Amino acid sequence: MRNLVIEPTSKTPKVILNADLGIFEITGRSIPEDAIGFYRKVLDWIEEYSKNPLPETAFKFHLEYFNTSSSKCLLDIFRKLERMHKNGHKVVIRWHYDADDEDMAETGQDYQALLDVPFELVPV
Amino acid sequence: MQLNNIIFVYQGEVTADLVSSILQMVENKLEGEGEDRKVKKRVFNVMVECLQNVYHHLDALPPTDPSNPVRDKTALLMIGREEKDYFIITGNHVLNDRIPDLKARLDRINRASKEELKQLYQEVLTGTGFSEKGTAGLGMIDIARKSGQRLGYDFHPVNEKYSFFSLEARVSRIPEK
Repeated sequence: MRNLVIEPTSKTPKVILNADLGIFEITGRSIPEDAIGFYRKVLDWIEEYSKNPLPETAFKFHLEYFNTSSSKCLLDIFRKLERMHKNGHKVVIRWHYDADDEDMAETGQDYQALLDVPFELVPV
Repeated sequence: MQLNNIIFVYQGEVTADLVSSILQMVENKLEGEGEDRKVKKRVFNVMVECLQNVYHHLDALPPTDPSNPVRDKTALLMIGREEKDYFIITGNHVLNDRIPDLKARLDRINRASKEELKQLYQEVLTGTGFSEKGTAGLGMIDIARKSGQRLGYDFHPVNEKYSFFSLEARVSRIPEK
């Protein structure tokens, strides 16, 4: 399938979704006014990918900031990955955060508690 | 409040571009002054939610009726710093009939403990909580969580239809251990 690469802006993260290389990453800041508009492409891509995924999908998130409208969209992404996991595919979400950023660590824990999919907290 | 404590103040129409510019400017300012990283991030987070709350609220309003004496699409935005806290104040007109709902929501947030706020956030995020429309409810809870202090608010009556709603969020400059 076609890869999805979105370059970062001052309000939106860098997105790399590359099924050829097995790279799945969302990094940077995510504070758009219209988060649903921004994440629609990402969600569509994952939906399509999940029909025929790689043997293993490790999805990296490393966000500096995100707003509450992005937080709903992130949950939607996690739910799609959770469904893949429940369908028997190997999936892991890796939530990276700066080691001194307790708020982002806590946010990761919040998501972890809500989901039924391997979810690793990775301080960097 | 002394004038030299104010980092930024604006009154007028609020566009997405304006919100971007303010965020950029205040972020640069905090960066330049070597503010503690954690404090800086919290201030920025709270600022994003406060400004975008106002932006979404105004954006959802129907076009202003020219005969309306209240400039309902105009907002006040202010960011400043005192000895112990940063403060972020927003002000905008709201219809009087929205006040009970807003007030109930703010009071509920202000009454909640840290743990209750976390639970409330998760309920609204997953859509299992009490009836909240869109993400505006989530924004207010997030502001309270990041602020760690009670939200200040006021409804100042303007006329029989409108009041001026102001909201103040504070972020401590002393990073907790």
